[in-house]
Amino acid sequence: MVFRQSKWMEPLVFEIPKRGDRETFLIDEEFSEYSSTYLSKVPKELLRNKDPNIPNLSEVDVVRHYTRLAHMSYGIDLGPVPLGSCTMKYNPRICEELASVDEVTSLHPYQDEDEIQGILEIMYLMQKWLAELTGMDVCCLQPPAGASGEFVGALMIRKYHLDKGLGYKDEMIVPDNAHGSNPASAAMAGFKVITIPSSEDGNVDVDALKAALSDRTAGMMLTNPNTLGLFEENIVEIANLVHSKGALLYYDGANLNGMLGIARPGDMGFDIVHLNLHKTFSTPHGGGGPGGGAVCVKEFLRDYLPVPIVEYRRGKYVLNYELPKSIGRVSWYYGNVVPIVKAFIYLSMLGPLISEVCKVAVLNTNYLMSKIIKLKGIDLTYGVGRWRKHEFVISFEALHRETGVNAEDVAKALLDEGIHAPTIYFPLIVPEAHMIELTETEPVEEIDRVLKAYERIVKEAYKNPKSVKNRPRNTSVGRLDVFRANHPRTLVPTYRFFNRIKNLK
Amino acid sequence: MPHYWVPNSSKEILKYLINELNIENIDELFRDIPNELRVKNNVNVGFGKPLTEYEVKRLFYRIVSKNRVYKDPPPFLGGGFCYHHVPSVVKYIIERGEFLTSYTPYQAEINQGVLQALFEFQSLIAELYDVDVVNASMYNGSTAVAEAIRMALRVKKGRSKVVVLGDSHPEVIETVRTWVSTLGIKVITPKFRIDKGFVDSEELKNLVDREVAAVYFEYPNFFGVVSNEIKDYVEIAHEAGALAIAYSNPIALPILKPPGSFGVDIAVGDVQPLGIGLNFGGPTAGFIGIPYRRELLRQLPGRLVGATLTEDGKEIGYTLILQTREQHIRRERATSNITTNSALMAIAAAIYMSLLGRKGLRKLAEAIAGRTEYLISRLSKVPNLNVPAVGSRDSILFRELTVGVTRGSIAKLREYLRSKGYAIGPELSRFYRDSEPKLSNCSLVCVTEAHSKEDIDGLINSIKEFLSKGG
Repeated sequence: MVFRQSKWMEPLVFEIPKRGDRETFLIDEEFSEYSSTYLSKVPKELLRNKDPNIPNLSEVDVVRHYTRLAHMSYGIDLGPVPLGSCTMKYNPRICEELASVDEVTSLHPYQDEDEIQGILEIMYLMQKWLAELTGMDVCCLQPPAGASGEFVGALMIRKYHLDKGLGYKDEMIVPDNAHGSNPASAAMAGFKVITIPSSEDGNVDVDALKAALSDRTAGMMLTNPNTLGLFEENIVEIANLVHSKGALLYYDGANLNGMLGIARPGDMGFDIVHLNLHKTFSTPHGGGGPGGGAVCVKEFLRDYLPVPIVEYRRGKYVLNYELPKSIGRVSWYYGNVVPIVKAFIYLSMLGPLISEVCKVAVLNTNYLMSKIIKLKGIDLTYGVGRWRKHEFVISFEALHRETGVNAEDVAKALLDEGIHAPTIYFPLIVPEAHMIELTETEPVEEIDRVLKAYERIVKEAYKNPKSVKNRPRNTSVGRLDVFRANHPRTLVPTYRFFNRIKNLK
Repeated sequence: MPHYWVPNSSKEILKYLINELNIENIDELFRDIPNELRVKNNVNVGFGKPLTEYEVKRLFYRIVSKNRVYKDPPPFLGGGFCYHHVPSVVKYIIERGEFLTSYTPYQAEINQGVLQALFEFQSLIAELYDVDVVNASMYNGSTAVAEAIRMALRVKKGRSKVVVLGDSHPEVIETVRTWVSTLGIKVITPKFRIDKGFVDSEELKNLVDREVAAVYFEYPNFFGVVSNEIKDYVEIAHEAGALAIAYSNPIALPILKPPGSFGVDIAVGDVQPLGIGLNFGGPTAGFIGIPYRRELLRQLPGRLVGATLTEDGKEIGYTLILQTREQHIRRERATSNITTNSALMAIAAAIYMSLLGRKGLRKLAEAIAGRTEYLISRLSKVPNLNVPAVGSRDSILFRELTVGVTRGSIAKLREYLRSKGYAIGPELSRFYRDSEPKLSNCSLVCVTEAHSKEDIDGLINSIKEFLSKGG
């Protein structure tokens, strides 16, 4: 065994045992006379009449509690997190250190422009660099995450057609292997989603695309390399087909790491792209967020971008709110600025080496793929014989058929090896799927460890399938009762419902 | 060329990997990219070469030294975000790699800590806002409001209007307009009364009919005013069969009645005051809370963490729940497209609330209320100053308030204050130039626990100085 996770029987913060209330974090009482006056003026019906049920703890209680919880968590600092399409690369600490200085974190969004020239300069450079990396003309950093960028893209497509009097263009084409957020974003922007299948070689089925295209087509959302890790070889033809109907081509940047610095969506005919700073540019995921989702467009769509964007005029950086056709703002202020700063440091330190990131990520992917597909019970469903880019997808259909062990069981067994499981059951077109993305920051020895882990698990599946199904055993807890977790009668969404479970135990 | 962030980029390892793949060079892996699409030269990012840590540090400090940081005294700027103290504990814990570098806890067994912390966030917010269910975060307050409004439109399917009170944060109103822009929905924004400082409920009543899906209001509102007609807003919404959505400042709720106790259907907020910092506007975390009602729960966007038992029934554990609402399963029929959220900021807020406890949170709210009271009592004695510019002497204000000058211009006053080290703002003309010309000479001011008596007195004296000089 190489891994045994910490386990603390750590109660909820509400239930930390104590004989009596603790002295909590010190707050001054300099203005208590005035607060009494204040409270006497507030009408009774506006006053809270019962204190919130929030425990009173001392600082050391809190530090121990959350440190113990940290011990029962797992991130890229501990080992590989090969989640496909999530690009979980190592997060350099220098980016954290610099982005946490007062000159960033203590800046108020409404300070006058002459007091924020430094941060605007960083944002301006990032807009420029992201445009360069994607082959687009102008970027806006406001979307707080990738899906928000997709929504912005879809809204721009809608407005672009409406302005041309083409309101009937209300269909968005999305391949069946697209990230779930693509159809969700398109639907949020009011589009009817038209799903098209993939061909056997893993590309967009061009005939199916032709059949789906019509005057009603407003746009197509595509990620390249796609979620199978395959480069869309027919991308130029696809772009031409989409454009021939007056529709726009949208690039989902989740997979940019697979061609970063090697090829650019703008050169392939994409009109709009979004980027995930928390994937490609290494800003940490923080257990789910925050991220950063810049949107970049070709010049003809510039005026549709959300406002503001940063511009440089007469020796000064300014926030431009005057884009005549702007879809408006998609969030308050200017976006998730702290991640933007981290991505800025990341790019500054790589500079022209940015394409090495992609090359090694792709090399790592193919190295692991070439070994893993030799294992019994594992197949590549699409694009057999093709090199992958940032990720690859394997199917455990055969293993499942032959042993009863499914993709989830294998995932859980990986946890026992101190390896986070890949994305499972996605893309939906691959049965019993594991979607694996290593990124460029995994050393070869760690990749070998992942391989060895798969080897052991597959072997065990054929020998003793029950034992695989009983995993994980080395994590803080074993498998959870998901049915109970989701059933309306046993649902515990907050502490208010905790008795439903506490009394049972 | 190798780089130390890319371990396999060193020559020896590269050679090994290339050999194992039976290829001549890495380029072979990219042969399926048509030649005309390949980048010919290096892309032009960064500063011409890879910078070292010490080089980037110097360059970075050179750039950010062009930012002005108000440290002593902290800024008095408002407009939704205010300067609050960030306890060291919060900062240090969220920098721990186990939290910082983890992904969304899809694999529950190996991420119990992240899940429990998020469950605690949901639960602590539920207590503060007096609701039953809270999601594990939205990007921020503005997008949480937009999502809440879209949620209300799904719950009240077929209704064609939403009402967003005109005293709401102007950038929140703009965000909402964008988010519903393709739905064919009418966004009605009833005007606020400058003398009252909020929207008159009688006027609201005339606008709310059976076509309205939701009535949205904020307390305190953008001008720092707590409307004393909140109860009426909720009643008006409910009488028309609409949902009441309230956005409230978490740091005011230890003393003000929480949205759940007003019978609000959807409570929304942002954790910026709870140990997050200003961050030049982001990131923070927003959230949506609801009473436990099936029709609301089904339409709730965003991730949810729940408690359950292990399969053997012996231990308590935490996991993501009700995922069939979400995009990775439901695709175009999902309640939202949200994927990445703002989990780390939510965990920060949970740590903050645990650190202060109900005792500390109450003291904090009182400390801010006391400063608000002190500031307004002093400012109201200053000649040629109109305080509050929106609202009246009877208004209940919290943390923020508006000042107007009747002599000289607000821009000049702000300029003068800046030269003395005091930042107030934003000016209201930034948002209401056309709609409320009467407010053209006004600004917001914000006071928090971070401001000492000396800071506040200094600000007041500087304002006096400016006005006594003739403005």
